Amino acid sequence: MSALLSVELAYWQSTPIRLIFALVAVLLPAGGAVYLYLFKMMSFMQSRLGPMEAGPYGSMQLLAEVGKWMQKEDIFPRKADKIVFALAPYVVLLSTFLLVLVVPFGPDAYFVDLDVGVFFALAVSSVSVIGILMAGWASANKYSLLGGLRAAGQLIAYELPMVLAVVGVVIQAGTLSMQGIVRAQAEGEIFGFGGLGNPYIITQFVGFAIFMIAVQAELSMTPFDMPIAESELVTGYLTEYSGMRFLLFFIGEFATANIFAFFASVLFLGGWTVPPFITDIFGIEYDDAIFNVLGPIVMLTKMLLVTFLVYWARFSYPRFREDQLQRFAWKILIPISLVNIFVTGVLKVVF
Amino acid sequence: MSLFALIAQETPQFLPQNIAFGVIAVISVVAALKMVTTSNVVHAALYLVLVLASVAATYILLAAEFVAATQILVYIGAVMVLMLFGVMLTRAQIGAEDDLNHDQRWIGGLVAALLLAVMSYALIDHYGDDRLPETIVPQTTAEVSDEIFSTYIVPFEAISVLLLAALIGAIVVARRD
Repeated sequence: MSALLSVELAYWQSTPIRLIFALVAVLLPAGGAVYLYLFKMMSFMQSRLGPMEAGPYGSMQLLAEVGKWMQKEDIFPRKADKIVFALAPYVVLLSTFLLVLVVPFGPDAYFVDLDVGVFFALAVSSVSVIGILMAGWASANKYSLLGGLRAAGQLIAYELPMVLAVVGVVIQAGTLSMQGIVRAQAEGEIFGFGGLGNPYIITQFVGFAIFMIAVQAELSMTPFDMPIAESELVTGYLTEYSGMRFLLFFIGEFATANIFAFFASVLFLGGWTVPPFITDIFGIEYDDAIFNVLGPIVMLTKMLLVTFLVYWARFSYPRFREDQLQRFAWKILIPISLVNIFVTGVLKVVF
Repeated sequence: MSLFALIAQETPQFLPQNIAFGVIAVISVVAALKMVTTSNVVHAALYLVLVLASVAATYILLAAEFVAATQILVYIGAVMVLMLFGVMLTRAQIGAEDDLNHDQRWIGGLVAALLLAVMSYALIDHYGDDRLPETIVPQTTAEVSDEIFSTYIVPFEAISVLLLAALIGAIVVARRD
């Protein structure tokens, strides 16, 4: 970030700037995607208009909703464990904010370029399970507890295919660093033709499909929404939450959806770069400062494309049964992703 | 402020790291003490999460990012989730429980003190007054993997086989048919 401003900043000076950028990177895409997909796309798929009153085409609806949530009474159930109940949404949000740290938005526009980038992301994404278990237990409510336990079982089961799907990309790129994976795709060639680079969605399509299914399950989006199944468990671990704390869970869920979409763009769609034949036309290099401005826009576009897939599946499919969910992860996704790793490894050695 | 002044005088380049280490160490020790003294099982598990997270933070301070990420993924993401899962399925009582203290806790404390003494002696005996190098180069994942798959290949394979045996054993114990 400091290189973007071409001035040297001390640690305590750059930290607030990073904090503001992180807030923007988490909240802005989340608000946009919620309006565009959750409000509008779902409405059009269900032959209704959706919010129309607040602002032009209801575009200010989300702000109105936030205002409404913030005014609501902060309710604690009488028998709840108050401290754990109050802390749970923050643990979920912590995981979201740790995730956004490793997403690269441009050659210099990144928060931190960890050598273990992808691995770090997969590690901190599992922290949210603790928050969900805390919420489910502290609510002192059997439906909440069942929802929390379902969520934990589901997130553990789908963590594995997600990690294994990413391993294929890591083998092909030869690095765990997010920037390294972006560069490897931009500079890659498909049978000597480098005009498109080598976005791994082509060579790792199986990995991409498994990754997107696992993301859907990690986010507990329909068809994987057993933890908050409203016809069975009221709303699972969210049952007792209201007002501001519900809003925090809501932000956590939808912001994490966007950040996983950012990860899918980085790992499979080439990240903040555009295909080399376009940069050749305009005569710019990937290291040019212009990419610090273009990069976030490119990332946002790719993120919206990927989240479109996520929400499309969310609005189209009915809910799985609990046993179907576990069988799907352990007996179908994990074997396929292991075979994918094996084939990728063999091809990497051969070519 | 005299402590800070002392640290700044001795190793000025590590002042932020020293402050961060102090904060993490205090969190870690307090959480560890609360973990064994609290009278609620779920609270104990959550304090353990805090202890393990501060250990991960210490690894990051030591510039071992890969170990830190592994610590989070394995201990917080898997072991503690499984432990919380088990506790909540069996005895998820809210509020204090009476029968959590065990008669043998003094022997446990003695063992812990002995362990602390042995480990402190080993560390001080080995490193003594050694200083950290002026600049610390973060260890890359490539170096870690090169070490594992060359120097430490035999222990690595042994641990893999051991884990596989444990996995198969768990399935055999769990399956009744």
